[in-house]
Amino acid sequence: MIPAAFSYVRAESADDAVALLAEHGDEAKLIAGGHSLLPLMKLRLATPTVLIDVARVPDLAYVRDGGDHLAIGGLTRHHDVETDPLVRDAVPLLGHAAGQVGDPQVRHRGTLGGSLAHGDPASDLPAVVLAVGGTIVARGPQGEREIAADDFFVDFLETALAPDEVITEVRVPKTNGAGWAFEKFNRRAQDWAIVGVAAVGGDHPGVALVNMGSKPLRAATVEEALRAGASPEDAAAHAADGTDPTADLNASVEYRQHLARVLVRRALTTVANGPGEH
Amino acid sequence: MPREQSRLDVEIAVNGTSTRNSVEARTLLVHYLREVVGLTGTNIGCDTTSCGACTVLLDGESVKSCTVLAVQADGHEVTTIEGLADGDTLHPMQEAFREHHGLQCGYCTPGMVMASVSLAMEQGALSEAEVREGLEGNLCRCTGYQNIVAAVMAGSAAMSEVAGVSANAGPGGGAK
Repeated sequence: MIPAAFSYVRAESADDAVALLAEHGDEAKLIAGGHSLLPLMKLRLATPTVLIDVARVPDLAYVRDGGDHLAIGGLTRHHDVETDPLVRDAVPLLGHAAGQVGDPQVRHRGTLGGSLAHGDPASDLPAVVLAVGGTIVARGPQGEREIAADDFFVDFLETALAPDEVITEVRVPKTNGAGWAFEKFNRRAQDWAIVGVAAVGGDHPGVALVNMGSKPLRAATVEEALRAGASPEDAAAHAADGTDPTADLNASVEYRQHLARVLVRRALTTVANGPGEH
Repeated sequence: MPREQSRLDVEIAVNGTSTRNSVEARTLLVHYLREVVGLTGTNIGCDTTSCGACTVLLDGESVKSCTVLAVQADGHEVTTIEGLADGDTLHPMQEAFREHHGLQCGYCTPGMVMASVSLAMEQGALSEAEVREGLEGNLCRCTGYQNIVAAVMAGSAAMSEVAGVSANAGPGGGAK
């Protein structure tokens, strides 16, 4: 399968990417690792006529200590997030989940910024960034703005990014030794999650769901129950509240909602047991 | 003149030899390798980033060449299955696949070997669990994986030994 024909241009900087996006409008797509976009282009589900390659923009792949958070460049690859000692230490949930994306070959190409920008409810990392209360930094014609993860995911493959904005950084609060868990239920090792759960404990417990609706979802009712002192079992009973998952070859709506309750219960039990091997 | 182009000149070092060609922007790396450079050892299996048959090394790391554009590899180094052996001497991972018969039909083998070389370069000698986890992106429909796992464990151990020997064999001393 070969993508439909397009023209290709390399952005020299984030600002250059913004200018190119402004110039080409809806016809253009950014490409970094291309591991969300190229499969769609090969199936001709996406047919951009201009591809703006941001992979060579310097200084957008990094993990930096920002004090109470980690600042991670938008072009940082899953493999580099997975193996970064700072991530493993300060936000182990993110390091672990990055290592669950696809397979090693995919993780050598795919980027954190790309995964978030794609806005796929079945992706692992959007749920993690939601659960820990992360912030997405977007550069546009008017400069940079910060978008809370809660406001970032809008609908299926749709985010709050304007057509002429590019993700430059993702800020992830340190979880300071709090318990965490990532549950990914799938039929085959490299598959997307049929349902997934990212959970972190501590002072600001967060629980988010993979593939339980048209966008990555915060399990708000579960979090409320936790804040009110509910046990993992009782809180998990609310895991499917307000969800609207799709039915497909792998699972019916009812089965996904059942899975969500089971996986959230497991995740919260692990979180309650504190940090450690998972 | 607009900067965006539908056809570009790319220069890609393939197995240590520079290749320079004009390609359509949409040309996939696997097609560049097979049809432009003429190296057909890299197979196309699923063509959907799943099976791993098309795995090559890009700057020393495993990637699925059906999901990389040739223009993305421009200016970089690619290693294919043809680039592993040293003349008639097989690479330790290839030798291990032969020794342990880590194949049946052989279609997935080039990708299996390249993914395994990348894993071993990153993690050293691999345990059975590390091999099974690390090869999650490579499918084999014949073997049931048992001999592949044995081969990769042996091949990664052999690669570590070679790396250890050369690391110890500094000037004026080291293992003989």
